[in-house]
Amino acid sequence: MDNTSTAAPAPKISVRDLNFFYGKFHALKGINLDIPENKVTAFIGPSGCGKSTLLRVFNRMFELYPDQRAEGQVVLDGENLLTSKQDVALLRAKVGMVFQKPTPFPMSIYDNIAFGIKLFESLNATDMEERVEWALRKAALWTEVKDKLKQSGSSLSGGQQQRLCIARGIAIKPEVLLLDEPCSALDPISTAKIEELITELKDDYTVVIVTHNMQQAARCSDYTAYMYLGDLVEFGSTEQMFFKPTRKETEDYITGRFG
Amino acid sequence: MPEKHLSTQFDSELNTVSNRVMELGGLVESQVQQAIHALGQFNAEVAHQVIETEKRVNAMEVEIDRDLSSIIARRQPTARDLRLLIAVSKTTANLERAGDEAEKMARMVLSIIQSGTPRNLPASELRVAADLASGLLRKALDAFARLDTVAAVSILKEDDLIDKEFDNFMRVLITYMMEDPRMISPSLDLLFLAKAIERVGDHAKNVAELIIYIVKGADVRHASIEEIESVLR
Repeated sequence: MDNTSTAAPAPKISVRDLNFFYGKFHALKGINLDIPENKVTAFIGPSGCGKSTLLRVFNRMFELYPDQRAEGQVVLDGENLLTSKQDVALLRAKVGMVFQKPTPFPMSIYDNIAFGIKLFESLNATDMEERVEWALRKAALWTEVKDKLKQSGSSLSGGQQQRLCIARGIAIKPEVLLLDEPCSALDPISTAKIEELITELKDDYTVVIVTHNMQQAARCSDYTAYMYLGDLVEFGSTEQMFFKPTRKETEDYITGRFG
Repeated sequence: MPEKHLSTQFDSELNTVSNRVMELGGLVESQVQQAIHALGQFNAEVAHQVIETEKRVNAMEVEIDRDLSSIIARRQPTARDLRLLIAVSKTTANLERAGDEAEKMARMVLSIIQSGTPRNLPASELRVAADLASGLLRKALDAFARLDTVAAVSILKEDDLIDKEFDNFMRVLITYMMEDPRMISPSLDLLFLAKAIERVGDHAKNVAELIIYIVKGADVRHASIEEIESVLR
């Protein structure tokens, strides 16, 4: 019989009645959602549905731009981060983000990782080396770069650069990792490596990924949220969403009947 | 599939493979009916035709499986498309096996004709179950074409009737065998025939269950009628 019911694990982030505005444009409409801890949650939906916007609320990235505002609650570890007095830099250390295009800093591979760590911790040289190696190993990049740590980060291939950015993101030991289309500029082999990495990361982190590639969401997420025009249409276990979604809108989108 | 995909090519691939299943179903249905006819008339010629048709049925099963593999490899179907394709694959296997049963019946008829078995056995009583089974197969195919879950449930109920017919028939045969031990061998032939008919009904029932799987996403293979009806509510 049907066994796709979802006994939801403890939420890491709880979104309550979240509304988001780009100036007058109402981009997120009353979103309610629990992001489960130590799981991978994927946001899918057509362009402009609000999935990246929602991701950017989680680390208050939107505050970089004037005219953008969020109303409601986004509770991380019991605190509403929208009204929190917490230093936004500390928030972003806790909630790391990796973007669509790899963004290595114009410095060596080693310094790309060490740079972020130095902002938050003062480690001695040995500890720093250990941390850099740990992050690069975690991001499945160590064996490829261990002999050229002094080379520029931008000398790496696109897939390696993206894994470098993930290594940089996890080096400061965040609790949540936000991935905004992390594989859209990568070839299938690099994509496979990053998907493998995402699956491994969830042991230590809560991962939220925005992707246009539905098969990617199906492959590497535990939970999937389908969004459309600023609404959260359906949220459930990935298995349920891709096998027997509850809402017809979800089914139409997932099976390619959307148009 | 009422609504269309963005990819019309995908739609046409799904339609083609669904149509091929219907075609296979039609072929198997006529095979079963011919086998029943051969049984009723003890007609060797018709029995040979049934056995001959089996080759086409097998070839079609292989072709449908090949088409299915290709669609799955190229389209990565999800949700109802995925359920449809899984169901098509299983339906095809069930239809092919129903065809096997028809072939078995035909071979049995030939062996009865060749052995010159006394005709005073209750072969005609098989007719009821045989008609029920072949009717059930046709209904299952109709319901599959229309993805009709209501019809599917009534097929599941009807299959129970065939099972009861089979039990009754077996009891009759046992009586014959107890009365006259010379009847044991021909009675066993009839028993195997009856079993083949009962199996055709089971395959039709399996197809009906798959219809519910496609539409509702629920696997009702081992569920009671009450449970199935609650799924459909």
